[in-house]
Amino acid sequence: MEAFEYLAPSSLAEAFTALGNGKRSMMLAGGTDVIVQLRENRRHCDQLIDLKHIPELMSVDIRSDGGLDIGAAVPLADLYNNREIARRWPGLVDSASIIGGTAIQSRASFGGNLCNASPAADSSPSLMVHDARLVVASASGTREVPVEAFFAGPGRSVLQPGEILLRISIPPQPARSAVFYHRFIPRNEMDIAVASAGVRLALDESGERIASARVALGAVGPTPMMVAAAAEAVTGQAPTSETFAKAGEAAAAAAQPITDMRGSMAQRKHLASVLTVRAFERALQRIREAR
Amino acid sequence: MTTTDRSTNYRIIGTRPVRPDGVEKVTGKAQYGADIRLPGLLHGRVLRSPHAHARIVAIDTSEAEKMPGVLAVVTHRDFPAARDVVQEIGESSVNALELSDNVLASRKALYRGHAVAAVAATSVHLAEEALTKIRVEYQVLPPVLDVRDAMREDAPLLSETRFTKELGGARSEKPSNIASHLRFQGGNPDAALEEADVVIEREYRTKMVHQGYIEPHNSTATWNADGTITIWTSTQGAFSVRAQVAEILRHPISSIRVIPMEIGGGFGGKLPIYLDPVAALLSKKSGRPVKVLMNRTDVFEGSGPTSGTWVKVKLGLKDGKISGVKAELAYEAGAYPGSPVGAGSMTMLAPYVIDNFQIDGYDVVLNKPKVAAYRAPGSPAAAFAFEQALDEAARAIGADPLQFRLDNSAREGSRMVTGAPLAKVGHEECVQAILDSPHYKSPIEGPYRGRGVASGYWFNGGMQSSVVAAVNPDGTVNLIEGSTDIGGTRASLAMQLAETLGIRYEDIHATVVDTDSVGHNDVTGGSRTTFASGMAVYQAGMDIRQQMCERAAREWNVPVDKVEYEDGRITWTDGEGTFKETSFAEQARTAAQKGGPIVGKASLSARGVGGAYSTHVVDVEVDPDTGKVTILRYTAAQDVGTAIHPSYVEGQIQGAVAQGVGWALNEEYYFDDEGRMLNSSFLDYRMPTSLDLPMIDTILVEVPNPGHPYGVRGVGEVPIVPPLAAVANAIADATGRRFTELPISPRRVVEELHGLA
Repeated sequence: MEAFEYLAPSSLAEAFTALGNGKRSMMLAGGTDVIVQLRENRRHCDQLIDLKHIPELMSVDIRSDGGLDIGAAVPLADLYNNREIARRWPGLVDSASIIGGTAIQSRASFGGNLCNASPAADSSPSLMVHDARLVVASASGTREVPVEAFFAGPGRSVLQPGEILLRISIPPQPARSAVFYHRFIPRNEMDIAVASAGVRLALDESGERIASARVALGAVGPTPMMVAAAAEAVTGQAPTSETFAKAGEAAAAAAQPITDMRGSMAQRKHLASVLTVRAFERALQRIREAR
Repeated sequence: MTTTDRSTNYRIIGTRPVRPDGVEKVTGKAQYGADIRLPGLLHGRVLRSPHAHARIVAIDTSEAEKMPGVLAVVTHRDFPAARDVVQEIGESSVNALELSDNVLASRKALYRGHAVAAVAATSVHLAEEALTKIRVEYQVLPPVLDVRDAMREDAPLLSETRFTKELGGARSEKPSNIASHLRFQGGNPDAALEEADVVIEREYRTKMVHQGYIEPHNSTATWNADGTITIWTSTQGAFSVRAQVAEILRHPISSIRVIPMEIGGGFGGKLPIYLDPVAALLSKKSGRPVKVLMNRTDVFEGSGPTSGTWVKVKLGLKDGKISGVKAELAYEAGAYPGSPVGAGSMTMLAPYVIDNFQIDGYDVVLNKPKVAAYRAPGSPAAAFAFEQALDEAARAIGADPLQFRLDNSAREGSRMVTGAPLAKVGHEECVQAILDSPHYKSPIEGPYRGRGVASGYWFNGGMQSSVVAAVNPDGTVNLIEGSTDIGGTRASLAMQLAETLGIRYEDIHATVVDTDSVGHNDVTGGSRTTFASGMAVYQAGMDIRQQMCERAAREWNVPVDKVEYEDGRITWTDGEGTFKETSFAEQARTAAQKGGPIVGKASLSARGVGGAYSTHVVDVEVDPDTGKVTILRYTAAQDVGTAIHPSYVEGQIQGAVAQGVGWALNEEYYFDDEGRMLNSSFLDYRMPTSLDLPMIDTILVEVPNPGHPYGVRGVGEVPIVPPLAAVANAIADATGRRFTELPISPRRVVEELHGLA
């Protein structure tokens, strides 16, 4: 671990000033990845900018239009401990409650998890199927990026130097819809996804047909990926196991995994299908339970 | 004095008091090696080879030495020339030449993570930076990473001068990675297999796995101005560290003092030394105390895991009995010879009576870390193979797998493959205990659910122990001992002394001291401490009793052989109504007036070691879509001799089963083609967590060891022998597929069930 400076700006303006001082900067939005990477010399910086003292990054807003804004540095525990969020966005809790253990979740944030840009990140598929937008700020203004367009490769995002991820903006979700996210790990805790899948399932008014769907996979490619073919395979169909199996096949076909110490290519393609099918089943169950 | 066969009226033995070191540990006050703070302390770091196999052409440390704050740099050149001698360190032995070369590589780096240089600096960060300034010129060589590949004639050789020690002391014609070939044989296995009703023939493989102790290796050393060396370290045997350091540094053993700190797990992995001579040399060069710590990656890559193995078994049945066995075992030794293939070969058949057998063992070097002992070293992989073959054989004849084991069981007088007859042992009792258990009597139902059983054996060890027990005026006793306390041995030794003296457990103060402060003690290994140090404690207690009886006899003017000692009371009677009595407490209180301090002591090389058997049953459920195996229920029965402290015995069994389940399901060293371990963290090495295991039920079968005054057998190792095979047998029962290669990970299961591989 090399020496670095620690800065804790209390406003965005201060943060941008620090970002513009010419030093190599890294952001701290929890530190559960960054500190480990610095300690193991996998990343290097001159200054670490702690974002947890900037109010905009630490706020949660349940909007009147039915949407949800989550500050990029809000601890995961603050999400699942918020009863209304837990009730209305259980698909977010699916992610927030499995990133690290309890102690980690008191520090770690969705923003940090996204910016770390691991292909296996547990926040990504869930936020992608929620159709979340990322609000990115710089000294010159803000811009919005859909989550699925945020990742550029393993460990890389489209964030430019001088930019800070400000918040995650989740639009109102369709009627009669539910999200479910899960991953496969060989143990029951303390592990990284071998493969993961998130789906959003929306039924039509009759409840007999699938009005729309979104499917996202993690750990089966260089970035988390949306699988449009899986969504198309089920749209307009009855929510049956046969229908979900088609989505599973499409997910397996879309997956482009590698073989590494966490799993094999063949295993991950197979899991993409299994996890997609099971996620659909669980999302359907959530819709039915909500009625 | 009646000392055996008292199992029904022990006062202390069999109870469950609080361990003396418990409060310090749960409050975080206990001192481990990493806690050492000394004035002027420097921090050492070790540079490790990035290559699995490379010639070291040159090492240039000049840039590192110039850095401000860097006070010493050492390489293998700083070691004195090592001698080609073998040292026994308990459950394993080391050749000093190879040990020295493993501690800091000389001509070749033989595995990734092999230490090549070390620095001491005023901060850890400076030390780390200094490592980047050391220039090592490597000539990279092709590595050999698989035991079967390493045995091939055209395999890359780790050493051009290593020849196979063949049977009968012969030597191979050509250099080889096969360090030695051993054989055990009896009867006529070929004829028996020819005439068998059923023959099972299979090959089995296990991967290199690590003990996974929580506390990384550490060592702090000062090379004092008078030439003495003091070492604070985490070890299973301070005297063994002293001997190894003395040999490598060619330093007088009496000038080295090793202070054992508390230990955060060892399981055999803290028998060899890694950092101690390095810290000592860095201290010598810098004139300051130096602390060297490993991180987790260092531990995985640079300490001693256990062997990956290949085992072939051919097993024949005749009339429901095991009629013949031929087996070959090839064990990875890592970079230097010394795999536990001998122990694997000797234990594999030990639960059974088998007259016709031939077992060939091969000790094979390859470009992986030098293996160290790991809990019953060598036995689990052998049992993984043989107990699965037995399972198939029992199925083939429609026999209940436990009844089949009972029908073939070894018992007192049965001969091991070495020809040695067994003393009183409890394998049949263990199998019967599982047969009678509520677990085995319950049904196992549902799709993809299955049940497996397996047995295992471990020799256990004796070796040397020394203790001193000093009686205090207030009736308490200071028990001074030198056995590292890994599994609650301060308590189990104090309990045996309290039992012997007939006083309260709470009145014994057990302390583990350094090498200057007690006679020689061999390592805490081989499940020997409660047995052998316990025997010494008993003798020291008897020494105290004898001294007290002598004092009473002198005072009463009666013959000492008529004075009796029982439950802390010292009595004499003439049989005609005259009665005299004193007590342990009174003798303690009045010692100063009646002849001075009373100190009991004992030093011994323990005989009468009792081997241990264990039989396990496990229920599993397999998710056919993901390949994930869930352990539903686990029961382990074990012959524990006498359970001195039943909670700690149960803890040993449960801990070993947890490790065995991890070994069976997920743990493995995962290497790339260049020999780089890719999962050298607890995140990706995947030991089981508490969420991955059910409560592990234990059945303590007490068949007292006749060789020990309280019937003690070692208990810590044998429970890791059956789990690998028991889990594999359960998975075979659940899926109808036989998995012969570990780990039986979700990847392997799902690829097998869906034809993906």
